[in-house]
Amino acid sequence: MPAFNEMHEPGVAGATSPKVREVYARLSAWLESAPPVLLAARRRQAEHFFRRIGITFAVYGDDDAEERLIPFDIVPRIISRPEWTRLEAGLEQRARALNAFLLDVYGKRECVAAGIIPEDLILQNPQFSLEMQGLRPPHDVFVHLAGIDLVRTGPDEFYVLEDNARTPSGVSYMLENREVMMRLFPELFSEHRIAPVETYTDALLDTLRSVSPRAGDSDPTVVLLTPGPFNSAFYEHSFLADKLGVELVEGADLFVDDAFVYMRTTDGPKRVDVIYRRLDDAFIDPLCFRPDSILGVPGLMGAYAAGNVTLANAVGTGVSDDKAVYSYMPELIRFYTGEDAKIANVPTWRCREPDALAEVLDRLPELVVKECAGSGGYGMLVGPTSTHDEIETFRAKLIANPATFIAQPTLALSTCPTFTDTGLAPRHVDLRPFVLTGADKVRITPGGLTRVALTEGSLVVNSSQGGGTKDTWVLDA
Amino acid sequence: MLSRAADSLYWSARYIERADFLARVLDAAMRLSALPSSYAGVSAEWESAVATAGVAEAFHAKHGVATEASVLQFLAFDYDNPSSIVSCIEAARSNSRAVRTALTSDTWEGVNAAWNELQRLEPDVSDHEATSRFLDWVMRTSLAFDGSAHRTMLRNDAYWFLRLGMAIERADNTARLLDVKYHLLLPEREPVGGSLDYFQWTTILREVSALTAYRWVYRKAVKPMLVADLLILNRQMPRSLAACYEVITSNLDHLAEAYGRSGPAQREASAILSRLDRSKIEQVFRGGLHEFITGFLRDNVRLSATVAEQYLI
Repeated sequence: MPAFNEMHEPGVAGATSPKVREVYARLSAWLESAPPVLLAARRRQAEHFFRRIGITFAVYGDDDAEERLIPFDIVPRIISRPEWTRLEAGLEQRARALNAFLLDVYGKRECVAAGIIPEDLILQNPQFSLEMQGLRPPHDVFVHLAGIDLVRTGPDEFYVLEDNARTPSGVSYMLENREVMMRLFPELFSEHRIAPVETYTDALLDTLRSVSPRAGDSDPTVVLLTPGPFNSAFYEHSFLADKLGVELVEGADLFVDDAFVYMRTTDGPKRVDVIYRRLDDAFIDPLCFRPDSILGVPGLMGAYAAGNVTLANAVGTGVSDDKAVYSYMPELIRFYTGEDAKIANVPTWRCREPDALAEVLDRLPELVVKECAGSGGYGMLVGPTSTHDEIETFRAKLIANPATFIAQPTLALSTCPTFTDTGLAPRHVDLRPFVLTGADKVRITPGGLTRVALTEGSLVVNSSQGGGTKDTWVLDA
Repeated sequence: MLSRAADSLYWSARYIERADFLARVLDAAMRLSALPSSYAGVSAEWESAVATAGVAEAFHAKHGVATEASVLQFLAFDYDNPSSIVSCIEAARSNSRAVRTALTSDTWEGVNAAWNELQRLEPDVSDHEATSRFLDWVMRTSLAFDGSAHRTMLRNDAYWFLRLGMAIERADNTARLLDVKYHLLLPEREPVGGSLDYFQWTTILREVSALTAYRWVYRKAVKPMLVADLLILNRQMPRSLAACYEVITSNLDHLAEAYGRSGPAQREASAILSRLDRSKIEQVFRGGLHEFITGFLRDNVRLSATVAEQYLI
């Protein structure tokens, strides 16, 4: 089955030239009228802009700088306003359900009592955090930031692929892609009504301030906690701290005294209310988690448990990133919200179930098999693009340890026209919208980060696997 | 601001200042050693450059005898020497990088560009012209750093910590130069006269780029006591100890005002400044130039520790 090209109406068998979808009409006309040399020049300019920004990436990375210059494609991806409105409602529903689920996981576990999800998937989950048992984070918010990955297979078919409720990254690309596009193609921006994305940083700051543990505090102190300059996402950390106007702190800049968190400033200790942490659970407090971590803050969990500081995201949210847990999201959404999921899950076989395993083993060459705890496109099998040997090797791993895998059909991910060495050609894409949950409301910036698999036919969009990015336009008609 | 950020700013400025000072010392030494020995004597200039840089022990452990080549290599280009010019620029850049957002892009890009240039550097100490060009480039780099900070940065604590680091390092450098060369300035040498001393005195002035300044201030032939006066007490001379302390106290005062309280650093610094202000150069010589300088160096190191204690950790 051919993939859905988002620029075209779904193909009718035998039709010679495809019909351009309404939302892409102007862009398509512009692309057709623009001389190829102009597009090539703009593409070089884009590279130049990014290299200049990229210099900022490169100086941080030293030797491995190159791999962090993620390729940028100049052809934008367009989503219509009605499509976005639908997605937005589904994302908000999903974020609310995720929060309700995690509150329940670390609370009464009603979802288990009601038979929605097996208990062992929660209690034996490597991401389950015993320290969080019975602990309610300020304002009951667990997932302040989610990077919910969506894929599309047709005009009306969207699926949630992953919830990414730990420390999702990539938002700096969303912001910088737009910045570069506005400089390169001002004429396109005057012809289209494109929803702005620059509002993201304000929305993030409002979200973080709303969850301050100090009731009625009009001016909470927010900081961004980074593992430091040697972390691969450090550029994003410093970029965001700068845009938010908050201090970019390392573990050693913070200390805990009498269950309150302070940062060391030139004006003496200053109390910290909200920590947007870009540090994994295992590293945040050597007294509680990995004792060898020098990145964290001794005593931080104590201050957190005492309700004196907010961690965004909360500790222990990784439970919902587990791919077996993910497979229960439609039921969990119904359980917590009383509604059907507005955006579907990708159908998923849980290999822990003998019947499902048998079917998966039977159909291995056509399926995608993933590790429940995996991420970043690593440790997975894409049946249709794998050799016989690769499939058989994977089969052995699967049989040895079925409970740690899930399987999904190989989706025909939608494509978008993308600038390639041989001109415009369709490439597969996904979408990561950034969903912010505060004490007051859920905020979602229109669009998100579109990732594109630059290799022809490839379905793997992860930047660690050769994926690129595109600017994403939500278009008001 | 974060103490760590202030610490990085403070040390960025110190390292840039130190690189500049080393470049001036080496430049003056190259000049002096180029003179015929009948004028300059058998030059102890390279030995004294090492002593002025405060790295005599590490140098002798590695090289033994101080020759032009070994000293240039060690003080300018040796990454194993944490006080070499290249190490200073690298340290300044890594400190700046840690607080990139506290610096303006002009200031950051300047120090980053200098560091990038170092990566392409292929030093050859036997090539006089290339070495001179390098030293000249180092001096211009520090001018660009100071200049862009002065022209582009907000006048807030970030700027004040930068200025504070620069002035404390500069006071230390001038005092160490005097400490190594004080014997040349002692009055009992004056009758000896002769070209050797004259070149030595003018070299001291050259090392802090003050030869022309001397003539404008005193309108006299170079006399050792006035050289000491210029470098210790004269507030017009930007590298003098008194001028450095004027900068130090005023930046500490800005900080005290911004944070709403002053502390031991402010008290120590203004005590040192008023001691310098009350002194006359004749008195300093009577009490012993050497003792005065070593006392000052001690006070300056103590102030640096007090600043760190009060603000940076």
